Amino acid sequence: MPKLIKRCLPVLVGAGAVALGALIAAAWVRTQENGGAMTRAVLEALPDSGVSNPVTAVLLNFRGFDTLLEVAVLMLTLIAVWALDLRLPRTEALPPSPVFSSLLRFSGPLLVVIAGYLLWVGASEPGGAFQAGAVLAGGCLLLRLAGRWNPGARFVRWAVSVGLLVFLLTAIAMPGLTGGLLQYPPASAGMWILLIETAATVSIAAILAALFVAREPEGPRR
Amino acid sequence: MMVADLYALVGVVLFVMGLSALILRSRDLQRILGLNIMGTGVFMLLVTSAHGDGQAADPVPHAMVLTGIVVAVSATAFALALSLARERHK
Repeated sequence: MPKLIKRCLPVLVGAGAVALGALIAAAWVRTQENGGAMTRAVLEALPDSGVSNPVTAVLLNFRGFDTLLEVAVLMLTLIAVWALDLRLPRTEALPPSPVFSSLLRFSGPLLVVIAGYLLWVGASEPGGAFQAGAVLAGGCLLLRLAGRWNPGARFVRWAVSVGLLVFLLTAIAMPGLTGGLLQYPPASAGMWILLIETAATVSIAAILAALFVAREPEGPRR
Repeated sequence: MMVADLYALVGVVLFVMGLSALILRSRDLQRILGLNIMGTGVFMLLVTSAHGDGQAADPVPHAMVLTGIVVAVSATAFALALSLARERHK
């Protein structure tokens, strides 16, 4: 009997997965029928959001709470990975080669500029803290793999937590200014969003790079 | 058949494939990959659902996918670390 079950399992799982897929497809068709309400709501409120890119407005203003928690999730992941204490071998620097070092000389500064551009352009066009953070993390890893950069524990901890800190401080300050959690004053909303996004970019880059290294930087512990 | 429907169908197929792999495969890496393929299917479906038939696209699913990608990356990193830790303790 167990043998039979084992033989039938792929078929059963496949059938179940296909049935679930059909349900999802049906749900998708239904959402297509009454779409557009959310788009109108966002576009109507867009002038008060401080940015002109509706996706950034949703992420940092209308649903800022989600993004705050998302930065917290990222940080929590890194803390969990550090806590696992994998005792991986130190990330070895790649052997020096003229090709890699000239690539680094060219692409290192370029990546920083691209990250800054993506951060800035997020206010009006596709872009923002996550894209900029991902590009910056790539730059950090290039430097790290080249053996050119091995930041200390104190720097890494600050870089990892500055995004959540700034976001939290903003969330604490806003009820006093406007009376709502993460509800920015419309006149200076753009500035607040840029402030949060800049800090978030640094933290996202640091966390992604640190997740790749997967080893807690050695340094003073309290 | 509209292009959007085709994208949605591909999203559903990816979801089904990923889910099957997640359940049927026994190695951690295969399961983590399955989970990622599942997630990609969901993202594809969400992005497709945002299209506005020539009008402005709905930004809310776009923001959700952006959030989802970041959470998926961190979940993958943690899953890989857990898998590695389990190998160590065997």
